[in-house]
Amino acid sequence: MLDLTGKEVKERRALRVNPCKTCQPVGAMYAALGVKRCMPHSHGSQGCCSYHRTVLSRHFKEPAIASSSSFTEGASVFGGRSNINTAVKNVFDMYDPDIIAVHTTCLSETIGDDLISYIMDMDLPEGKTVVHCNTPSYVGSHINGFFNMMMGFMNYLTKKTGTSNGKAAIFPGWVNPGDIREIKRIAIAMGVPYIMFPDQSGVLDAPMTGKYEYYTNGGTTLPEIAALGDTDQLIALGEITNIEPAELLQKKWKVPYALLPMPVGVAYTDVYIMALQKFSKQEVPYELEEQRGQLVDLLLDSHPYTSGKKAAIFGDPDVVIGLTSLCLEADIIPQYVITGTPKEEFTRKVNALLTQYNAEGCTVKANADLFELHQWIKNEPVDLLIGSTYGKQIAKAEDIPFVRAGFPVLDRYAGTLLPIVGYTGAIRLVEKITEALMDRQDRDAADEDFEIVM
Amino acid sequence: MNEKNKLLDKYSAKVYKNRKDHILQLEAVDEAQSIAANTRAIPGVMTARGCCYAGCKGVVVGPLKDVCVITHGPIGCGFYSWGTRRNKAKADEDSGGKNFVPYCFSSDMQESDIVFGGEKKLEKAIDEAMELFDPSCIMICSTCPIGLIGDDVQAVARRTEEKYGIKAIGYSCEGYKGVSQSAGHHIANNGLMRDIIGTGDKAPAKKVSVNILGEYNIGGDGWEQERILKRCGIEVVSMFTGDGSVSALKNAHLAGLNLVMCHRSINYIAEMMKTKYGTDWLKVNFIGVGATCKSLRDIAKYFNDPELTQRVEDVIADELSLIYDDIAYYKSRLTGKTAGIFSGGSRSHHYQVLLSDFGIETVIAGYEFAHRDDYEGRDIIPEIKEDADNKNIETITVEADPERFHEKYTEEERAALRREIEVDAYAGLIPEMDPGDLVVDDYNHFETDELIKSVKPDIFFSGIKDKYSIQKAGVTSRQMHSYDYSGPYAGFRGAVNFGRDVTIALYTNAWALVTPPWKSEPMLVGTLAGGDK
Repeated sequence: MLDLTGKEVKERRALRVNPCKTCQPVGAMYAALGVKRCMPHSHGSQGCCSYHRTVLSRHFKEPAIASSSSFTEGASVFGGRSNINTAVKNVFDMYDPDIIAVHTTCLSETIGDDLISYIMDMDLPEGKTVVHCNTPSYVGSHINGFFNMMMGFMNYLTKKTGTSNGKAAIFPGWVNPGDIREIKRIAIAMGVPYIMFPDQSGVLDAPMTGKYEYYTNGGTTLPEIAALGDTDQLIALGEITNIEPAELLQKKWKVPYALLPMPVGVAYTDVYIMALQKFSKQEVPYELEEQRGQLVDLLLDSHPYTSGKKAAIFGDPDVVIGLTSLCLEADIIPQYVITGTPKEEFTRKVNALLTQYNAEGCTVKANADLFELHQWIKNEPVDLLIGSTYGKQIAKAEDIPFVRAGFPVLDRYAGTLLPIVGYTGAIRLVEKITEALMDRQDRDAADEDFEIVM
Repeated sequence: MNEKNKLLDKYSAKVYKNRKDHILQLEAVDEAQSIAANTRAIPGVMTARGCCYAGCKGVVVGPLKDVCVITHGPIGCGFYSWGTRRNKAKADEDSGGKNFVPYCFSSDMQESDIVFGGEKKLEKAIDEAMELFDPSCIMICSTCPIGLIGDDVQAVARRTEEKYGIKAIGYSCEGYKGVSQSAGHHIANNGLMRDIIGTGDKAPAKKVSVNILGEYNIGGDGWEQERILKRCGIEVVSMFTGDGSVSALKNAHLAGLNLVMCHRSINYIAEMMKTKYGTDWLKVNFIGVGATCKSLRDIAKYFNDPELTQRVEDVIADELSLIYDDIAYYKSRLTGKTAGIFSGGSRSHHYQVLLSDFGIETVIAGYEFAHRDDYEGRDIIPEIKEDADNKNIETITVEADPERFHEKYTEEERAALRREIEVDAYAGLIPEMDPGDLVVDDYNHFETDELIKSVKPDIFFSGIKDKYSIQKAGVTSRQMHSYDYSGPYAGFRGAVNFGRDVTIALYTNAWALVTPPWKSEPMLVGTLAGGDK
């Protein structure tokens, strides 16, 4: 496996090998699927739309609908106005969404299509809405696409009536539906009325009923998006993903924000709960305290199998920061911590965490790829690898225990239904990590060292 | 109203006008029935189609294991085509011990590259690839922005050849070219024909030798075919392009016959090799037990060698004896079921034959990116009109190679042979189907959903984008692009795998659990208010 990957690390400035990121539009599509009765629309060649739907369906094992402007060579020369007009008419005719959320592609960005004026000039059916955002694939990563689409919705739809709705806005960041359900459960337990935006739960974890509908009951509703401007406070989870949407809501409607890390592990879940507490001014219910206690109990019980183990963690910035924090809580040394997304804020945050725990000699890098991670591992091995499906190549090549987390996970089932956030999610992660490490210990043990009780 | 009209009835006038010619409900008539294909998808209908890049990089050149294929563009296209199509490959002597298939290489263009041009970055990326991997061949696949900003990937390839003395090919396969993946197949075919085929001189060791064209080794299909052919004493010189390598492809012109599996994606090379080298091509189908036997016998007929004919019969008899019980069992579970299939560039045809081995009737079939000849047969080709979209795709002209052109048969002999086997000919999908069946070209999400409801097939074979919506509607759904990560499905052993997978999909216990018991039981057992006990 990956036999062409050599040990000698050479500086690369142009060639990306085995990326740890993808392009903006898929993030926009995922964000738009978290809005109720919304059709994501890809303004570009139809291949983009096809690829994005494919990777989302493979990750969630669910239908992921989206339409395309189907650019041909003519549209690429003369502009895509007539394509998007035709598309919008057909989408409303055939698929009847309440809203179409358009994102651009590298093609429509390169030719400079002006979506604002296209949409302004559209003759839309009564009660239907079209919004857009710009997602040039050659800037940032899929994470940028995700928050750009959030801002697209907010730019078009949010309002301030002047009367507070008494709610908190919660931005969950790029997480799975199972995580969103857990984020909601905690908010409810803390007595916080909320608007979750976006919300893919109920959409990309829809139940089997024997009946297929284009739209499910899940997703943030349009009135809820409009009402974001009337919320008293924003709790934004994921500091890298949500900084820009949080700034926007504050600038536009003076909604103050608490920008928090993705609540992975004990400390980051504590931070989320305390932010909720600040809002509701309620005691933390026993239910949550009990779970926290269970998690800490589990960490104490299992620490002999995690302490001092070295891990390589890769993926999207916020999930990687969260996983790093959890690893440190379990005495695991985050030897290599990378993201493919080019955000230097990521390195600062991870380094601050490492300093907090006095972890030394770790390598942290943004805008990195899996080829260089693999080369580092070849030079100084780790005991554990945590990240998306693409890590399985390295795990096989170097025979490293591997825990899947983040996006995309294309080769396992049920992961998107269950959380990694909150105390529940951390318990699940600790189980996965210890199982991977202990299965390895069992596998490698000589018969005379093979333990029945561990 | 028949199913076709029921479906079209729901469309607006404009969409109706376009779609009515792409949907065919077959009638019991003698004359040929015609379908519109290979025209633009209508924006917004949610076509299943992909793009030109997907056809070139994803389908044809991506599987070449000794090639460092660099996607020139922003990161997405390279990422999505990384390890996601199951074109299995194994490093071997042919590939110089290398296998680039598990890797993704991209120039990962940034905003400044779009503004100032990306050629420099591409050349630097090639330098870095040479230093790290020392490939003997580099191919560059362009994504949408490349053509717009005017990067000359062919010039970069030429400079790479001069600088490093290796083979390098630049493909202008920008996503917006043509109307589907099909344009990318054609562009890739042109490149392989122009720069690879015929550049080697390693003659086959055996007297009977073939190339397998349009076989991408999904789930190991190509290996199963190779195994059977080898048993028959037939040498496989090269495979286009599953588990393929440039070092094998360059000798393809020395094989005795081209076998064509996926007609759509590779017929250009088959035709051009016929013109340039005189190599005949034979449309084969190794999907299905009966189909595999027929294809082997057709090959034997073509070579007209008594020893080969005997060996083919021996192999067929032996292989059949090994799978007989399994096939009979699965057939007993599957007979009488109906199927729909939307897949590939010949698959919707090929799989009907395999399904009929198990007594399953195909009632809906269609393609994403086929042309009229894939549906109606190659005789229709002179009637196909060029339009603005396909005119933009280069057609290269080749001439007979004065030294290497060699035909096995004269035109008269070939005509006689053609009465029995499909030499340099293909009759298409429609003859495989019955009156009342539906043929749908460039199907979309809406149509798939509506057809599921109106025709109610027992099982539907399509791709990942449709899989879960079909399954959610309560219909068994199997991916026919990726085989749901199973396979091989080709050949004798593949047919057994297929029978097993379809059987477990139809009969999984989970189907019986869909409706909760309280939905079919009376809600409350109790007394009526005011009524008697």
